Amino acid sequence: MELLGRQEVWSITYDHALGETASSFYTRIRDEAAIYGRRSAGNGRVMVPPRSFSDETLLPTEDWVKVGPGGKIEAFTMVYESFKNLPPPPYAFGYVLLDGADTALGGFFKGVDLSDPAAAAEKLKIGTRIMTKFAAERKGEMLDFWFEVDSPAR
Amino acid sequence: MSGDRVGIVGIGQSAFRARRDDANYPELVREAVVLAMADAKMDFDAIEGVVYSLSPDAMIGIGNAERLGVDAVGGRNKPFLRINTGGATGISAVAAAYYHVASGMFDVVLTAGADKVGECGDSQSVLNKIWDPSYERPLPLGTINMLAMSGVRYMQQTGMTEVDMARVTVKNRRHASLNPNAHLRKVVTIDDVLESRIISWPIKLLDCCPQSTGGAALVLASEKYIRDNHLDAVWITGVAHAAETYWMGDRMGNNPTAEHAGAHALGRSFEKSYRMAGITDPMKQVHVAELYAPFSNTEFHSIDAARIGGAIGDSVPRLRDGEFDIGGRIPVNPSGGTLCTNAIAVTAMARVAETALQVWGRAGAHQVAGAKLGIASGNGGDHQIFGTMVIEA
Repeated sequence: MELLGRQEVWSITYDHALGETASSFYTRIRDEAAIYGRRSAGNGRVMVPPRSFSDETLLPTEDWVKVGPGGKIEAFTMVYESFKNLPPPPYAFGYVLLDGADTALGGFFKGVDLSDPAAAAEKLKIGTRIMTKFAAERKGEMLDFWFEVDSPAR
Repeated sequence: MSGDRVGIVGIGQSAFRARRDDANYPELVREAVVLAMADAKMDFDAIEGVVYSLSPDAMIGIGNAERLGVDAVGGRNKPFLRINTGGATGISAVAAAYYHVASGMFDVVLTAGADKVGECGDSQSVLNKIWDPSYERPLPLGTINMLAMSGVRYMQQTGMTEVDMARVTVKNRRHASLNPNAHLRKVVTIDDVLESRIISWPIKLLDCCPQSTGGAALVLASEKYIRDNHLDAVWITGVAHAAETYWMGDRMGNNPTAEHAGAHALGRSFEKSYRMAGITDPMKQVHVAELYAPFSNTEFHSIDAARIGGAIGDSVPRLRDGEFDIGGRIPVNPSGGTLCTNAIAVTAMARVAETALQVWGRAGAHQVAGAKLGIASGNGGDHQIFGTMVIEA
């Protein structure tokens, strides 16, 4: 028999409140071109991105701590497949432990040639030193910054 | 344990496919329920309550689709609860059904659900929405690249290679070729996997699960009911869950509680379910395992967490040596597993169903000879919420 279908598209708009902690994180990025974490009460861990409370101590975090701009790669991937509503491939992104932080922050890796996946994976291998770069025009959002592999020490 | 156990008395599973244009969503749920009821040789009147297995609504494109499920499971005038723990949903639903019976408040409970991931044109776009809008949503996060990053860390810590990953797919496809309900049943070679296109390095197309359509249902009953009604059953002897932090970046860095290369809370959940079942040496006591692993690399850390492959990373050479093949020391995913079939809302229920069929001796061509004790797991969320079970003949 003839089987019929029906196409549906969901397009829903949300205006999310970011809360005080994330708002402060982004305004510092916008105004100071710097990344800050929150120090956790009880265990002193510096959480980046900043959280208002620690999931380990279950206490509120205490103070702001400037971290980076240097750091090292903790995880990466290079995406070669196109997905709807996600950036056009190829791109590389992952997680970086910024200097002074205890937890890793997500972001894009730029300036790496992705045409040879194996070579790119070697360039981005875990432990590689990176530098945080900030856009000249910053809006106060995650895409205001990205990571670039540090040029080797001479 | 005697007299107060909880048994599985009926199992229904679809033949999973990419699409089922002959059945809409509730019809697919009903298909699995009818199979389970027939398997239990039971009338709908015997069902006292229903636990409904349904993960994110956007995957099937129906908001609160459990509303449609009520009729499909015969839920009129009965207690009805929806469970959603992402990819772990199916095993969490069975666990909730177990709690109903184990509490003594119910004798017979049905758990059921279905998914139509093949109808969703944007599943990674849906899955990107499981990340928080404050910080991580602007990144192109999805389940594939999240677990690719787990794989990158696992490679660095254990020496796993892309070839080792390919071996998982080769094994599971060979197993799936024996299972008529599996979605991807074509046998592939290591070269086929390595030559398939890169999705999110090191994960290639053939390292990925498919987007599957189908349903699953189980009927659980109290030991007393099973004895009084002379039913055949297998027994859930260990049940546990464990969760870990939402933040992937907290599973790396300085001294993380959990490690993103592995599956820390899955290990904790297995510890708890083993303790409940009285298992002290899983390497010797477990005969078969159905472990939730939607990408090839994740089967290794699931085997590690279940403590059936020796020390962390030993799973890699052991898999290479065939220990986890049907006919090997402890077959892992003899059904083909999540890597060959992923109808998300019921994938982890299929892990329980397949383990039950194995210890029951009813798994057909993919039966593990002599299996009497099996384990099942489910992983949900951003690799965050884990459920485990021990099932015995």
